[in-house]
Amino acid sequence: MKNQEQLATLTKIITPYLPDDVSVASIDLNSHFIEHLNINSANLVDIVLDVEDEFDIRLENEDMDRMQTVKDALEIIALKTKEKE
Amino acid sequence: MANRVVVTGLGVCAPNGVSLEAFKNSLENGSSGIRFHEALKILNFSCQIAGQPNIETINLTNYFTNVQLKGLNSSGLVYGVIAGLDAWEHAGLDKNDAQPDWDSGIVFGTGILGVDKFREAIYKVDQGDVRRLGSTAVIQTMASGISAFLGGMLGAGNQVTTNSSACTTGTEALLMGYERIASGKAQRMLVGSCSDSGPYVWGGFDAMRILPNKYNDHPEAASRPMSATAAGFVPGSGAGALVLESLESAVQRGATIYAEVLGGAINSGGQRNGGSMTAPNSQAVQRCIKEALKNTGIQAGAIDTINGHLTATTKDPEEIKNWTEALGRSGTDFPAINSFKGHFGHCLAASGSIECVATVLQLSEQRLYGSLNCGDVHPGILEHIDSSCVPQKTKAFTAKISAKASFGFGDVNACAIFRAYI
Repeated sequence: MKNQEQLATLTKIITPYLPDDVSVASIDLNSHFIEHLNINSANLVDIVLDVEDEFDIRLENEDMDRMQTVKDALEIIALKTKEKE
Repeated sequence: MANRVVVTGLGVCAPNGVSLEAFKNSLENGSSGIRFHEALKILNFSCQIAGQPNIETINLTNYFTNVQLKGLNSSGLVYGVIAGLDAWEHAGLDKNDAQPDWDSGIVFGTGILGVDKFREAIYKVDQGDVRRLGSTAVIQTMASGISAFLGGMLGAGNQVTTNSSACTTGTEALLMGYERIASGKAQRMLVGSCSDSGPYVWGGFDAMRILPNKYNDHPEAASRPMSATAAGFVPGSGAGALVLESLESAVQRGATIYAEVLGGAINSGGQRNGGSMTAPNSQAVQRCIKEALKNTGIQAGAIDTINGHLTATTKDPEEIKNWTEALGRSGTDFPAINSFKGHFGHCLAASGSIECVATVLQLSEQRLYGSLNCGDVHPGILEHIDSSCVPQKTKAFTAKISAKASFGFGDVNACAIFRAYI
């Protein structure tokens, strides 16, 4: 999957977790999940599970800790999907 | 001097109506909310009928955010939030978006919450997959999840808690909220209770052989409080909610007042003298009723209507006897008494609050709602009171004082006294 496609897929995963006053349009590569997108830290756990299901990968606790921004997430996804191949 | 406490909002999510209007119409017309449930048949239940609120047409995004709706699998929580937010809106109160309202609190009880979510979690844990439970397994299954959800939605800054006393829960919550306002510790308390639906809640009762098993093909006749042919209680679920408010606060903001809560009493029979885990100690029941009168300064002769616990088991005649002895009234001198479990079954932890909502409706509408399925009043009841005290049909009724009692497993009792606010 190309980077743009992965961003689109990730955006789709994140969308349901956005507070009602944050718009989908505000998601970009540099968006920090908690600080910019105002996502409840507890919901980051759910985003990780959805990412695992969507990309058929498994994220460890360290990966979660490192996943601060959308860009971080895409990098981890790219790495894990590559490892799988 | 205790502050006077009034009811300024009502909300309900019941098997016979998922809005105050629908609920009122059902009580008015005597329509039943008891249905056959295929899922119970497939699982080999003896009793395949139940009272379950039909929320299929309810737009849950009016109550929950999209994030909250994700993975939501706790029926009691959904019913409780519907009833609680409806009651708040009915009272004409705003959600406190900016700051908590330090004078508003919540007592919203339950017996067990989120069993379906808990089941999901158990499967994952047993498969060694605990890391995949998600973030909401705790908040949907903790007993206080219901008061916690409502507290956040409304910005309640006073006491926010969940009580649990089996089938007494709802009436106990009302009295706990009443105490809080009467003693000046809060101005507004959202009180109520909720109970989950489904086989994992109802199965234990089916196993105890205390549910009717001969009505699977005519469910509407199954729940027969006070009837000679009562065959056990029909399991139910749902939620009821009331906004209690100090009279001062209600008058100040020009709120509509539906009834006054005069107070009541709560006790336990200690599982002595005939009381047990599952049966009430009659002495304690009578004591609870008498204490409710004493605490509210109401004479037994002033009671106009009683909404009993009356679940449609063999214990109904004993409950009537307890009322007659506690009030010192019998025959035609006994107040009108009814039970709405014929309409929606026994909603367990939610029963007390749903029935308190109905009791307040009776007073505010000046109606007496008929009981269903008790055309054949139990002879053990007629030994104590006249059949005219058990109305079958709804009628206009001038009532000032109503008593509502709930009894629960653990030999616990609660009795609340309401007065019409006219």
